[in-house]
Amino acid sequence: MNYIFFTLIILSIIAGILNNRLDLVVNSMLEACNLAVKISFSLIGIMAFWLGIMRIAEKSGLVSILSKLISPLTKIIFKDLKKDDPALGNITMSITANALGLTNAATPIGLKVMQELQESNPKKDIATDSMCMFLGMNTAGFQIIPATVIAILVGAGAKNPTEIIIPTLIVTTLSFLAAIATALLLQRIWRKYD
Amino acid sequence: MIERISLYILPLMILGILTFGLIKKVPVYEEFIEGAKDGFKVSVSIIPYLVAIIVAVSMFRASGVIDVLKNVTSNLLPPDIIPLMLTRPLSGSAALGIFSDIVNSHGADSYIAKLAAIMVGSSETTFYVLSVYFGSVGIKKYRYALLTGIIADVISFVLAIWVAQYFFLATN
Repeated sequence: MNYIFFTLIILSIIAGILNNRLDLVVNSMLEACNLAVKISFSLIGIMAFWLGIMRIAEKSGLVSILSKLISPLTKIIFKDLKKDDPALGNITMSITANALGLTNAATPIGLKVMQELQESNPKKDIATDSMCMFLGMNTAGFQIIPATVIAILVGAGAKNPTEIIIPTLIVTTLSFLAAIATALLLQRIWRKYD
Repeated sequence: MIERISLYILPLMILGILTFGLIKKVPVYEEFIEGAKDGFKVSVSIIPYLVAIIVAVSMFRASGVIDVLKNVTSNLLPPDIIPLMLTRPLSGSAALGIFSDIVNSHGADSYIAKLAAIMVGSSETTFYVLSVYFGSVGIKKYRYALLTGIIADVISFVLAIWVAQYFFLATN
């Protein structure tokens, strides 16, 4: 992350000078700071709402029922978690929310999963295998119906905007599985360097 | 149809969770409040990470680096696809912006628009997700999470090109 952050900013400043767009670069920097705070503040309400709902799901035992239901799968994928870890139920809910395109629910639930995974983490500043796996699944972006994309196609007057659903589903499913496989593979390789 | 389904999912989920809570005799109001108390803390705690990633990505977009790359790589792939592939892991709104541009300049029924739609629909903003999610719990060493995300993105782009060719070029 250090290199990426550094490279993005250095490249932007150099390219800004070469392209004679330094004023745009500086403006966008200042605007981005504001935008970051706006995003965070606009998240507070929806975050509180979902954390409240999730708390009910947890206290009623719904989350642990969910954890047990999918445990045959998660046993293989999340090797370092206990079978009835509450994080497993929330991981399922998070992936489901993402799959259904419920972005507003997915972020709060996802952040809750991270908190739960962090509780059982012995080294608080280093990612665990489960975290890497969870974020790998998350960044693969599994989604059943790409609603925003279809909305844009519809807006532009596409004749048959829903014809992209099946190909997208094929790609997103395969890349989701590829992310899991990659994380499992890298887990083994990384262990030698830790 | 699609809008109908997504309209119902959220209320049904909430209804299901609340009903199950009531059946199990959970004091739903008190527990809701107890959980919701963390909302402010979690949202505010991600501000530094949001600032870092959004500033870096916005500066990068404004500097015009992507336009330069577009010219360099134009003989490999349809030129407008490259900036989309580069932007997608960095910023969701920027990727949607580029996607809209592609749809408008090439037409909503063009092959490039369909390829771009598949790419956007099947990937995520990897860098953003990693910095915010890890940031929220104070993880500094990501280990192989970033590499996993990048490999998954590359795989999904390659697959998108294949699948788009199979579905939309073979028939035309």
